[in-house]
Amino acid sequence: MHELAIMDSALNLALDQAQKAGANHIHLIRLRIGVLSGVVPEALQFAFEALAPGTLAEGAALDIQHVPARFWCQDCTREFESDDLFSECPNCHRPSGELRAGREMELACMEIE
Amino acid sequence: MCKECGCGLPGEEPVGFKAHHHEHAHGHEHPHSHGEHEHSHDHEHDHEHDEQHGHSHTHFHSHHLEHSHSHEPSDENRRTVQVRQAILSNNDRQAERNRGFFRAHGLCVLNVLSSPGSGKTTFLQQTVRLLNNRLKTGIIVGDLATDNDAQRLRSSGAPVVQVTTGTMCHLEANMIARALKELPLDGLQLLVIENVGNLVCPASYDLGEDLRVVLFSVTEGEDKPLKYPPIFQAADTVIISKTDLAQACEFKRDLAVANLRRAAPKAQVFETSARTGSGMEPWIEFLIEEHHKNAKRDSLMI
Repeated sequence: MHELAIMDSALNLALDQAQKAGANHIHLIRLRIGVLSGVVPEALQFAFEALAPGTLAEGAALDIQHVPARFWCQDCTREFESDDLFSECPNCHRPSGELRAGREMELACMEIE
Repeated sequence: MCKECGCGLPGEEPVGFKAHHHEHAHGHEHPHSHGEHEHSHDHEHDHEHDEQHGHSHTHFHSHHLEHSHSHEPSDENRRTVQVRQAILSNNDRQAERNRGFFRAHGLCVLNVLSSPGSGKTTFLQQTVRLLNNRLKTGIIVGDLATDNDAQRLRSSGAPVVQVTTGTMCHLEANMIARALKELPLDGLQLLVIENVGNLVCPASYDLGEDLRVVLFSVTEGEDKPLKYPPIFQAADTVIISKTDLAQACEFKRDLAVANLRRAAPKAQVFETSARTGSGMEPWIEFLIEEHHKNAKRDSLMI
């Protein structure tokens, strides 16, 4: 639902960086999106296709990298990844309240010329 | 993919990738060598790297193959630029400014989130009434349209600013900064931000609050926290609202709490009915305690 606003911010950030680097065109934009960010990658793609025409990023590829949720289990003193968004430690089965990764929404890099 | 940190940068650079400034926001720099690229060339090219980079790579040009290939000029000019910046960094920056402003004014700030119809406005009306000036409270309320909620909240006696977001499904930090200009801040101790009713989008936007409060009503079903994990993950406090309707809805309280614990293991949970007042007193005491805690922290900082 808010992917349009998020893609708009990401695209502005990318265009700003491209301009600073003196680019004529953006070939690729790579985003890192955490599974707990609440953002749907397909909706980002859709928003990108709507927003990119007429900008330096027209026709660019959008590469969305998925960042899994990673939690810290205090009892087992170990970090674990979770696929289902919940924080149950696979070892002791207790929930962890310490999220270490998975909320990212980041413009990682771009290919420009 | 870069094998050292999984950042997704090409570990083996394809031909044409030039500037590769590999700097990681997570605090370590690591030079890595890209081994030898084996590809045949019918020409020499020198590598002009127009960005600083801390790795060396050797290109091994073997000329034993009997073909020549030319590089597309566009390939030659392509370069990778590392950005590694949060997409919502503008919002995050404004949220930090808001946070500084709130601290300077001794305000304890709540960002109240829920799906539409879970009882946020009634809950907040009762909160202000029961606080009974023990904390002087102001309210910012966000809705797509109308100021119905603001009018209802004004009846509690608290100053209220309505933010109408138009088509936006969430509040952003700069909307709060603007709304603050309309709010009489003198002597205010608690600021409650009633976000747009939505269990997905507002989770991404920091407003500068001290506490994120998520409501879910017994009428929404026990599995709500399992259906919307991100917003519950981000909650400091969860209010199970409309408990007076629990019986009529055959609400399974223990199951709901267990589900909530899966999605939000650390959140403090209150079970309330704004209509009957049941469970409201511990919530009120909690708010007063939070305000004291903040005030103490802020005085230590000064």
